[in-house]
Amino acid sequence: MAEHLLLRHRDIPDIDRLEVYRAHGGFEAFRKAVTQMDPDAVTDEVKRSGLRGRGGAGFPTGLKWSFMDKSNWPHYVVANADESEPGTFKDREIMERNPFQFLEGVAIAAYAVGAQRAYIYLRGEFWPIARWLDEKIAELEAAGLLGDNLFGTDYSLRIYTHLGAGAYICGEETALLESLEGKRGQPRVRPPFPPQKGLWGKPTVVNNVETLTNVPLIIERGADWYRTMGTEKSPGPKVFSLSGRVKRPGNYELPLGTTFRELIFEHGGGIIDDRPIKGIMAAGASSSIMVATDEVLDTPMDYESPQKVGGMLGSASVIVLDDTVNMAWLVKKTVHFFHHESCGKCTPCREGTYWMDKLIQRIMSGQGTQQDVETLYEVALQIRGKTLCALGEFSTMAVVTGIERFKEDFEAVVRGA
Amino acid sequence: MKNAFYEQHRDEIEAILAKYPPEHKRSAMLPLLYLVQREFGGHIPPEGMQIVAEILDVSVTEVDGVVGFYTLFHDRPGGRYRIQVCTDMPCALRGAEDFLHQLEDALGIKAGETTPDGLITLEEVMCIAACDKAPVFQVQTPEGLTYHENMDLEKALALVEAWRKAEAERAAQ
Repeated sequence: MAEHLLLRHRDIPDIDRLEVYRAHGGFEAFRKAVTQMDPDAVTDEVKRSGLRGRGGAGFPTGLKWSFMDKSNWPHYVVANADESEPGTFKDREIMERNPFQFLEGVAIAAYAVGAQRAYIYLRGEFWPIARWLDEKIAELEAAGLLGDNLFGTDYSLRIYTHLGAGAYICGEETALLESLEGKRGQPRVRPPFPPQKGLWGKPTVVNNVETLTNVPLIIERGADWYRTMGTEKSPGPKVFSLSGRVKRPGNYELPLGTTFRELIFEHGGGIIDDRPIKGIMAAGASSSIMVATDEVLDTPMDYESPQKVGGMLGSASVIVLDDTVNMAWLVKKTVHFFHHESCGKCTPCREGTYWMDKLIQRIMSGQGTQQDVETLYEVALQIRGKTLCALGEFSTMAVVTGIERFKEDFEAVVRGA
Repeated sequence: MKNAFYEQHRDEIEAILAKYPPEHKRSAMLPLLYLVQREFGGHIPPEGMQIVAEILDVSVTEVDGVVGFYTLFHDRPGGRYRIQVCTDMPCALRGAEDFLHQLEDALGIKAGETTPDGLITLEEVMCIAACDKAPVFQVQTPEGLTYHENMDLEKALALVEAWRKAEAERAAQ
């Protein structure tokens, strides 16, 4: 097994203690950036590394930073620690066990875009993690690694935690910013995107926790080294959250481009009771359901390949489904989730998820007909492309692919089999 | 605007406000609501919303709208311990729904209900990022929130027993 670069606590005990993290080179990348590098040079290095956003969209991180409007100040960095996608639990492990590498990533990102203030927006359920990060931030301030005139320069930085209060939608970056401004977490109309107009109307970079945790490595060891891992278009390591009907669920740090088969059968130990694998959702509840054919199992998990076999990587929360799972039941669960979490701003999503929830409940109660299945499918298609953020789209993924690819599961429920 | 609640909790409130630029103090909304919820024993009544509205110079309606949007804020009283079981899809694939039903039977209440002694409210929640450790629940109290992972009925009931004991001791004092 290669060394862990993100889940470093698995190789280095007590790396959550500042002296241990520093003994392993911690905060040298930040020092190097602030004392030896121009902010734009930091951004360029991250650009060259090919790092792509680990929250799900896979957008090039350095490019995002370079979009910051330099005619409008101050700038802000916001770490998205709202981790709420069903099946995703990687950012939590990083913050709980390797907090300083994440915080160093926040600090380097802030320096690169000229921000003197950064916020970590955590989902409300991460209340203990917020307290924990507050302690770590206080230690960094006491050690002179955060605060005023860092390393004898005129650069100053403060990092603050901010707790959400239970709303999936706040993982969407503009809803997150609304929430951070003390409002209901409802997405904004884009453009303008946050690097133009973000927190309090000022240019803002919003990056996922895992994305930021990659940054110190890139500055410390260089973009060329970073590109030796993963694939040409999706370089670097990735934490895959594996859950569902596998023997050993958990987080696995592997290079991007590892196959589903390796993750599920080697690392995850295969299916519970060695039953047949039936389907895979690679991006949590938001993903299409892929039929677990050999072709799909041998597909590399990078940002391009799953799309060629009817899936997507997203946040790489791989949910494994075996032959005990009826996809109509699964659709009931995902639709219920999205109906509950729809923020209500866009009519197609608010009303569409409501009617999908009604329909699938009727189908699952045994009162449904084949016509209800077809109506459900139609309602899902009607939502697509008509909402401000991706939640509406996400709510249709399992519905559409479930009905298209696992028709017999719905027929069985309708027949009462 | 300052009020009696502000005077009573000045240090804590000022520490919260200090995290945001003074001209954007509305950002303190969520943290202040947590504080108010704690002080009112686990929910935010209309006078709690009024307090926050006054500190932040916004209308009570605005505060009410925020309270209603987020699931960790409660506008009605519940049990001192809110057991919030994740029954979302990844957890359900690993037995979470059965676990919830066992817990309902053992506590004698359905999800959404509170035990007659007012100690426990049982609730279902959406994914809490612990899918590999199902069955899992979080316990929300006025003071904060803790995760309980890889649960079974026995472990859950041991927790409940410990809370009952703690409450009895508190009552005896």
